[in-house]
Order: sequence, then C-alpha cells, then structure tokens
Amino acid sequence: MTITTTDTPKRRRDLTRPILWLFAAFMTVLIVLPLSWLVVFAFTDKARYPTLQNFVTLFTDPAFLDPLLTTGIIATTSAVICCLVAAPIGWLVSRTDMPGRQIIRALVTASFVTPPFLGAVAWELLAAPNSGMLNQLYRYLTGAEDPLFDIYSLTGLIFVISCYTFPFVFVLVANALDNMPGELEDASAILGGRAWTTARRVTIPLALPALVAGALIAFLQAMTLFGSPAILALPAGFHIMTTKIWSLFQYPPKLELAAAAAVPLLVLTILLLQGQKFLLGRRGFSVVGGKYGPPRPVEMGGWRWAALAFCLIVLLNPVFLPYFALLNAAFSPNATTLVTPSTATLHNIVFVFTELSSTQLALKNTVILGASTATVGTILALVVAYVTTRRVIASHRMLGFLATAPVAVPGIVLGVGLFLSYTRPPFVLYGTLWILLLAFLTINLPSAYQQLQAAFATIHPELEDASRILGATRLQSLRQITAPLLRTGVIATWCFIFIGVMRELSAAIVLFTSQTKVLSVLIYDLNESGDLAAISVLGIAMLVITFAVVLAVNRIPIFGGGAGARLRNS
Amino acid sequence: MKGRKLSRRDILHGSAALAAGSVFASPVRAQAPEPVAITPALVEAAKREGKLIFYSSMDLPIGEKLGKAFEAAFPGVAIQIERSGSERLFQRIDQEFGSNIHAADVINTSDASHIITWKRKGWLAPFVPEDVAKHFLAEYRDPDGKSATSRIHLSSIAYNTNLVKPEDAPKSFADLLDPKWAGKMVKGHPAYSGTIMTATFQMVRELGWEYMEKLSKQRVMQVQSSTDPPKKPSLGERAVMVDGNEYGVVLLKEAGQPVEPVYPAEGAPTISGPTAIFASAPHPNAARLFQAWFHTRETQQFFTDFTAQYSVHAQVLSKPGRRKISDIKLMKEDAQGVEKMTEEIKTRYARLFRV
Repeated sequence: MTITTTDTPKRRRDLTRPILWLFAAFMTVLIVLPLSWLVVFAFTDKARYPTLQNFVTLFTDPAFLDPLLTTGIIATTSAVICCLVAAPIGWLVSRTDMPGRQIIRALVTASFVTPPFLGAVAWELLAAPNSGMLNQLYRYLTGAEDPLFDIYSLTGLIFVISCYTFPFVFVLVANALDNMPGELEDASAILGGRAWTTARRVTIPLALPALVAGALIAFLQAMTLFGSPAILALPAGFHIMTTKIWSLFQYPPKLELAAAAAVPLLVLTILLLQGQKFLLGRRGFSVVGGKYGPPRPVEMGGWRWAALAFCLIVLLNPVFLPYFALLNAAFSPNATTLVTPSTATLHNIVFVFTELSSTQLALKNTVILGASTATVGTILALVVAYVTTRRVIASHRMLGFLATAPVAVPGIVLGVGLFLSYTRPPFVLYGTLWILLLAFLTINLPSAYQQLQAAFATIHPELEDASRILGATRLQSLRQITAPLLRTGVIATWCFIFIGVMRELSAAIVLFTSQTKVLSVLIYDLNESGDLAAISVLGIAMLVITFAVVLAVNRIPIFGGGAGARLRNS
Repeated sequence: MKGRKLSRRDILHGSAALAAGSVFASPVRAQAPEPVAITPALVEAAKREGKLIFYSSMDLPIGEKLGKAFEAAFPGVAIQIERSGSERLFQRIDQEFGSNIHAADVINTSDASHIITWKRKGWLAPFVPEDVAKHFLAEYRDPDGKSATSRIHLSSIAYNTNLVKPEDAPKSFADLLDPKWAGKMVKGHPAYSGTIMTATFQMVRELGWEYMEKLSKQRVMQVQSSTDPPKKPSLGERAVMVDGNEYGVVLLKEAGQPVEPVYPAEGAPTISGPTAIFASAPHPNAARLFQAWFHTRETQQFFTDFTAQYSVHAQVLSKPGRRKISDIKLMKEDAQGVEKMTEEIKTRYARLFRV
C-alpha cells in the first residue's frame, strides 16, 4: 500500500514535492548538460554544422584503432584477473575460519584507498626493467642480465590496473557471501551434498550475480582509467583510449575528435550494463528478506594458514611492496636505492613541505573538495535512492537512470563535457573549485547511489508508512525513522566518495587551473618531470590524510560511532 | 678555463648560430618602453600585491630555489610556481585565456616560438628592465620590450658511467643508431616539452626525418619532460639519454651521480628560455619586480651558478670548472621556424614513435 496519492485532502504543507523536483532539476542539469555538449561536439564540425566526419576520421586511422583494441585487451584481462583473485579472497574472508580475516579486509580497503596513479609510480620504483628494486634484487641473486619484470609493457600495465581494481570485485563478492543465508548450504549438506556439491549447486550460483557485477565494474574501471596508463603506457610506447583522448586535448585542442572518441566507450558501457541486466534479471533476489541465521564458517583445518599465506601474498602486490617502495623513496637520496640508516635523508620531505610552492594549495583544495563532494554527494544519492526505491515522484525511473548514467562516461570525457558546459554562460565555473566539485560529484554519484539504494532496499517502507499515518510529514518520517536505520550505509557512502575524490585524476587533469590544483594533478605533474621522491612524499601524505579522515568519520558519535567502523562499500 | 667571463664575443662566437634577431623579428616595429630600474616605489607596489604567479618550465627544484631567492630578496611577496612542460603550459595558457581566466603573471618558456604567438595575440605586456637594456644583446631581447632571454640551455646526449665505458660512449647522434643501443635509450617528448620541441626541430633540420625514423626503431623509452631524461641514466634505468636538459646532467654529475654529458658531434640543440609578463597579470607590479630582479647581474650570476645553464647577461661569469658554451658546437636556433613546424613535428613524431 502506498500513501502518496491519498494524503492530498488535508492540504498540509508538505515541502517534499517541491524539494524533490528541485533535486530532479539539479540532477538533470548536472548530468544532461555535459553529455549534451559532448554529443553536440561529436556530431558537428568546428562551425557546429552536423557531420559524421569525426567518426570517419577516427575509424579510418590506425592511431585510433590500435588504442581501442589495446583498451579492450586491458579491460578484459584485468576483469578476469580481478575475479580470479578477488573471488577466492572474498570467500575466505567471508565464509571460512581463516585467521586474520579482519586484517585482510582492512588490507583490501587499503588497496582500494591507494590511488591507481600512485600505485603505478610505486610499481615504477619496484619493477622498472633496470632500476626497479625487484629487478635489482633478482639480478643480484641470480646474476642474470635480463630483467625479471618490465612494468613498461602491456602486461605490466594490466598487472598494475588489476592491483587497484580487484577491491571492487572483492567488496561485491564478500558482501554477497556475508549476506547469504547459511540455511541453504546447511540444507544441501543435510541432504547429503558434499562440500564441493554444495559449493557448485548452492554457494557459487548465489554468489554469481555479485561476481558478474564485479567483473563488469572491473571491466569498466580498467577501460576508463587514466592515471596508471598515463604513467606507464607512454614509456611503454602505446596509447589506450583515455590517454589518446587526453592527447587530443593538447594544443591545438581537437575537442570534436575527443568527443567522438568517447562515443565507443559510452556505447560499450551501455551495452555491458544492459547485458548484465539480461544475465542477472532472473537471479539474485532469492536471499533478500526473511530471517536467516548467519552463515556457518567452513572449517579449513590445516589449510587455514595456507589460505592466509595466499591472501598475504596477493596483497603484497597492491599494498606491502608499493608502500615499502614509496616509503623508501621518500627517505632515500636516490629513489630506487635501498635506504640505510646512514643514507636516510629528510631532504625530500623538507622539499615537499617547505620549498614546493604548490603543496599547501593542493592539499587544501583536495581536502575541501573531498569533504564537500562527499557531503553533497551523499545527500544527493540519498534523495535519489529514496525517490527511486519509494517511487515518490512520477519520473523516479528517469532519476535513477540519470544517477547511474555517469558510470558510462570515462572521467576524462566527462571532464571535457564539463569544460564545454561551464566555460560559457549561464554557468561560468571553470577556474573555480565549483567545476571540480561538479565533476567529482558526477563521477561518484553512480556508486554512491547504488550503495544507498541497496541500503534503502533493506528497509521496509511499512515503517515510514506507519510514521506518516501517525501524522508525520514525509520529511519528518525520513528524519526520525529512515535516517537512523541508514547510518552505516551513509557513512560508508561518505567515505567512499571521499576516497573517490582522492583517487580522481582523469577529470581533474582537464579542469584544473593554477589556483584549483589538487594533489592528484600535482603528483601527475611531478611524474612528468620524473620527480619520484617528491611524489612518494606527497603520496604518503595523501594516504595518511585519507586513512585519518575515514577513521575520524567512522568515530563521529552522532553517526553511530564505531558501530560501522569497518568500511564496506556496497 | 680561469673562470673567464662569458663575454659578448664568446656568445657571438659560440652561438654564431643563434639566428640574429629572428626570434623577435616582428613586422610592426613598436618602440620598447624606457628601461626601468628596481625602485623602492616598485618594491612597495609589489608588496602591496603580495603575490606572484610564475608559470615555468624549469626543472622543479631549480624553479623553486629561484622562487625562494626572490621571496628572500623581497619579503612580503609570495611566489607560486606552476611547473610543467612548455608545450603543456602553452596549451594551458590558451585554455585559460580562452575561458577568460587570467591567473598567470609571468612565464618562462623553453620554446621561444611561444613568444611570437603570444605577441601576435597581444597577450604580453612591454617592460624592459635596466639590465636587459644595458647588458643584453639585441637578439636576446624583444624589440618591443615584451620578453627577455633569461637563460640558454642545451639538449645533449648523456650516459651512465657504470653501464657504459667512456670509450664505448656515443659521440654523435649518428652513433645512437648503432643496434647496440636498442632498448637502452630514453628521450623526452616534443608535444610536452618545449626543450624537446626546439631540439627536435633543430635535429630534423640538420639530420632529416630519416634520422628520426631510424631512431624510432631503436625501442627508445619515451618520457615527457626534458627534465626527466637525465634522471633515467642517473638511476641506471637506461644507459643513454638521446635528448634532455644538459644542465640536469651536469648538476647530477656534480652531485656525484654516475652520469656524463656528451656534446654531439653534429652540434648540441640550443634552447633560449625567454621570460615575459602577461598584459593581464593580476599582480602587475610583482611581475615587473620579478622580471627586473631575474635579469640583474646578481640573479643571473646566482642562477647560472646553481642551475648550470648559460646567461646572456654580458657581465655574468661562467663558473670555474664548468664547460663554457663557447667551447661547445651548437645547432642554430630558429624560433620562427619552430613556430611554423610545430604541428608537423607533433604529428610526424607521434606517428614515428607511436605515442
């Protein structure tokens, strides 16, 4: 039963509707404006006459087709690797008695918090073919001539991308397994199913939707990533789509071609999302609702320690080794030489914090943008999720679509769209932090919305309805009933967006100006001139800030301090 | 060798090549304004503005050190340095000005052809510091007073002395085509770096695109800024650097790193780095003060000493022990040529090196 249509006779002043329409209008402008400009530019020439010439130019040019193919290869292999790594770890953490499960979760979170471009720089320090520390060690141990790893290669890039994409898959799989009713597995066991049969007939099918969704997200992440490719692909001598699009912005900017180059990425993403719907349409809802017991952990016996070792070895790659390399470079006079107590120097740190004139500004801008985007984004996602799950206004479906749409737009493309939109009246925002706020908001909206929608879906509307029957307005019932139930989800979403802002480079690189520089852009600039030590110092500072903010937010008492301290992303 | 001063004759001799006046030849000759000295009034006006935004392509630690020296000389004026490759700065200026954002006060570029474009667009403000009028040769200052050459630097070859014996080291660009260097070299990118753009122009003019084509088959590691290549042989990541800042190599060598510059037999590409004030500068007095201060004998001497670049200030002495520019065979500069060929270089280079 819905009440929306029956409460009109009383004519109480319910501001919900105007407020919601305002949100809808804002969302529409936020998403539709940049995308429209992109479409306009893709299908017109310099004088804005309609043409398909941009596509003809692109699709007959091997310099464009090669990156397209390379992007496909990278996205597919990264997605497969992410699933192969994340699924077993997710299962071990969620369903077994492996020791240190919380630590493993925390470490996966750490790799999620690490910006991919920073990971790429760290892996340069580790696995550049000649100076990389792992290759130096290998040569020292074996006396070999050839390097063991070459990070400046397609495989190297796939590896680094996978390192910082697999947390997306992990989170989805682990959460699905966390929420899976133990009874179903027990039933299978009682009916005589052996461990493997149970896994094959019950656990895997139940976890499959999450895995497919994870694979898809990993694919999209890998396809639209800019940071790691920008750092590793150039020395390796190839382009991928995002770096190619970026090169089209160089002087003289070819915005029409850049917009057109974005279209294949957009189409592919939409097809994939539709495909996922088709694949999972019939499944995935069986575990929602009802009261089940918590799942029974699988007893692993002696294999527990082997499992833990496996997890730790995997996590060497995104966390331990890169963090070690960054710390070493931060204190070493020579970025890839192992630091010793006698050679340790504070010079790099002094340089970054006292001499580098852009540090303070970039730090300030990043923190301001992170906090404000996270706050605005959470509120926006909250409203949209509410509207779509409770079907409050007529166009709720449209609103949900709008909130998901940016997922199909690579950050760098969105950057151009925003640039085209907000450098001309009526909204002249370029050169201010506002345009970056809008960019980060748009980029992070889909995942924030997905999370909060999932959170809303678990809360039955009956509770709100009861409150409204008792005379509360919609806003009151939201504040008094729904909000407290959503606490954990809201905190997780806030942190998720904050981290997303710290990780974001692709739109920022198009939209920043000297006064609106952020840390990621500063690090990218430093990479271009090879200032690896300064990057290490800034990168560590960036990680410390992120961890500190995430921890602090989780401890704010009004948000239910400590209860949801474990960062869960979905 | 006795720290003899770098006289006008030296510069003329050493860079006979540096196309006289061509950098700043402009069809309409306006009058340069009267030279200005650093007066207490200028300093006061700058302090009231309190800030200076300096777009620069200099290697970051060097730029920041210069900035700190300026802040020390004039307490109360804070400097913010935006370092990036000259070609990227050029693109950013275009993007920002096109959107009516005028944050930049002063710019130092390592692609002198940018001055031609900006002058044509009317973006530069005329200002002639006293020292520039008195001690800079005509070819190193704009006839309309809209820029002055603050530094000259070279793009050289270099190698890692642990990986390459001096007798095996390449002596010329031609030597780099030897198959033994395949996969062992690093170079910068002309679409990013003004130094590499200027150097590529000169190399293509002297050696032809055929040379670049052969070089591109050598599996060269491609980086962006001309400040990056010297760091690769220094770390041992690549044995040889094809192009990049010679001053970076010299500084690393002086700091005890295992690198050695090689001045190619064909001549070292030569790069002028002019500084200019934007007409739209939000801190015009701070900009003038900086421009005047940067080109004084003291600053130029200090700058030359700690950056290992070359000054065109007639009274600046080269640091004892360093090679003098007059002893190096140079390639000829031609900013107007660069301006005409920029697009061709970017396109053909991208096709050859695939990035």
